[in-house]
Amino acid sequence: MIKRFISFEWKQFFRSSSWQKSIAINILMIFLALYMIVSFLALGLVLYPALKKLYPENDPFIMFNGFLFYWIMADLMMRFFLQKLPVMSVKPLLTLPVKRKTIINYVLRKSAFSFFNFLPLFAIIPFGIMLLINDYDAVNILVWVFVMVLITLIINFVNFIIESLSSQIELSFLPIIAFVGILSALNHFNIISFAELVSKGVLGIVDSPVYILIPVLILVALYQLNYKALKQKLYIDNSLKTKTQEAKETNLEWTKRFGDIGSFLQLDIKLITRNKRAKSSIWILLIGLLYGLFFYPQPMYREWEPLFIFIGIFVTGIFLINFGQFIPAWDSAYYKLLMSQNIKYEKYLKSKFTLLAASVIIMFLLSTPYVYFDIKFDLGFKIILSHLAAAIYNLGINTHVILFAGSFNRKKINLDERAAFNWQGTGAVQWLLGIPLMLLPMLLFGILFWIFNFEVGVIVITSLGILGIVFHQKIMKHINSRYSRSKYKMIDAFSQES
Amino acid sequence: MITASNLSKSYNGIQVLKIENLEIPKGQSFGLVGNNGAGKTTYFNLVLDLIQPSSGHIVNNEIQVNKSEDWKAFTSAFIDESFLIGYLTPEEYFYFIGELRNQNKADVDSLLAQFEDFFHDEILRKKKFLRDLSKGNQKKVGIVAALIGNPEVIVLDEPFANLDPTTQIRLKQIIKKLTEDKHVTVLISSHDLLHVTDVCERIVVLEKGEIIKDIQTSEATLKELEAHFTT
Repeated sequence: MIKRFISFEWKQFFRSSSWQKSIAINILMIFLALYMIVSFLALGLVLYPALKKLYPENDPFIMFNGFLFYWIMADLMMRFFLQKLPVMSVKPLLTLPVKRKTIINYVLRKSAFSFFNFLPLFAIIPFGIMLLINDYDAVNILVWVFVMVLITLIINFVNFIIESLSSQIELSFLPIIAFVGILSALNHFNIISFAELVSKGVLGIVDSPVYILIPVLILVALYQLNYKALKQKLYIDNSLKTKTQEAKETNLEWTKRFGDIGSFLQLDIKLITRNKRAKSSIWILLIGLLYGLFFYPQPMYREWEPLFIFIGIFVTGIFLINFGQFIPAWDSAYYKLLMSQNIKYEKYLKSKFTLLAASVIIMFLLSTPYVYFDIKFDLGFKIILSHLAAAIYNLGINTHVILFAGSFNRKKINLDERAAFNWQGTGAVQWLLGIPLMLLPMLLFGILFWIFNFEVGVIVITSLGILGIVFHQKIMKHINSRYSRSKYKMIDAFSQES
Repeated sequence: MITASNLSKSYNGIQVLKIENLEIPKGQSFGLVGNNGAGKTTYFNLVLDLIQPSSGHIVNNEIQVNKSEDWKAFTSAFIDESFLIGYLTPEEYFYFIGELRNQNKADVDSLLAQFEDFFHDEILRKKKFLRDLSKGNQKKVGIVAALIGNPEVIVLDEPFANLDPTTQIRLKQIIKKLTEDKHVTVLISSHDLLHVTDVCERIVVLEKGEIIKDIQTSEATLKELEAHFTT
């Protein structure tokens, strides 16, 4: 049976029409993975000599274990945002003679083979080898590596629980933030020193390997917990069928003021507020808005102007990037309707553009309080000017780029999310398109800043944006014809389940 | 009204539809029957320009559908659930379609009032999103939405499937009434021979993508069709 499941997924992956279109993305993912592997390898090799050099009087092995708690927290955070939980369409299997047990065990065990479980090994094993070279006891190190593998698996299944909790509530990143936040706070204020606890625990096991039973038992318990949770989801009246929520009608008459595109704006607003998947982009707005607060209070970043542009693009363009990159896939479920209704592509695209442009302007206005840092640190309004330039660049260039990129969109979004085991769109791919959109202007600005000065950089970025706005009609015409040309392909792709 | 000439569609070299010439005059109630895979939905998708013909073309009221989008103003359709917007309530959906077809709220309301019976008090004012309605009720919404805005061409793919008996009978009355004054052209497909002979004045039988019968409906039509599908 397991073999069948694997072959099903293989087929699902390679036979989907998004596969053929997203080869570029897949290649990028492979590079990203290789990059992470190399980074971890380097970490594993360098860590021992580095610690030895920095703290000659301390034992690197003990020091590393001292950091283990933070390692675990970082791992959890990284997984939450990057690791995709196994997705499987289980409904067709339920009436077939397949034991529920088999399905659940398969899903859980599959998650153990995730890339994110192997990644730490690339650091742990070289570090272990370095320890061996430096005359540590072979048995001890072997036990230690084994404990680390167990910890990695424990993190995997903890993340599983956190993510399935997250998928049920609106503020999807709240559980992970709460979990990591509370543990870190308890540790930071020395209420319970987890760092010490973890370190002592691991060292204790290394000393007397009998205690390895403890992490093993934790792992087994977590597995059982996940097993039970998933088992409940395998009934169609539980999670396979969502609760019907009462529909509240919202008055969106004001959208009429936008004329002929008003009805689409209204539709988009309902799309965002009534679907879990789309709703998350509202919460991401908040994160985006506050993003600058990570950087501006710190003098280290304040002195590096290209970062202002990056933050500007991010703050004013967060909705643009997060929501915009799935245009027109948001409408994929009823794309056929839109294509046969009494509307022109032009109007459809215009309404999307208006939505994105409005978001940039609103986000810029909301971000004006950052001027506080300008005044407080006497930066000569560099922050706010950079944000303005970035907003104009977003308006003129990035909106068009993202709409254009949308014509290559071939992946259906399942707004209804009826199926259990569906954690669509939590993977790393989601952010890939955002990278060039944010980094390109920063790079350009950086070069200009380096050759000339701040003013030239701002002027060029702004001018590029204005150029885009001036040629808006022309560009939209071009984008329009791209969409028209790929119309049939999109209809075909959107009618396939992803 | 709708003319297909030299129309064909093939996927990877396998022909699924081949229609030399099919002309549907204005005001006709036109029925398409055929077993699964006969090409009924393919034909409708071509009429609506949702797929590209491999050869030939379809002209809808002098407009070639894959050249211009102007036919959309007087054509409406309900093919399957992908024509519904799951996160809207039925009312919102009707108003949205109404806006696209230049109908204000009052226009839509007065149209909906005619279908109170058809809805059987299961659609309007129920505070439910379309995605939470049953298949049959979704279909009712889709069919009625296709009637908004006085379209001249209405395409309905298997409108009788999934409906309860009462609603099927009511739907037949609705379609008959639509084509009464010979202004609206209705294209429907069905697996139910009885219904289709009841409603349509002309029936075309497709088999493996080709037209093998083109009948003006009469008393004998049902027998003829049954005989055809029995062998």
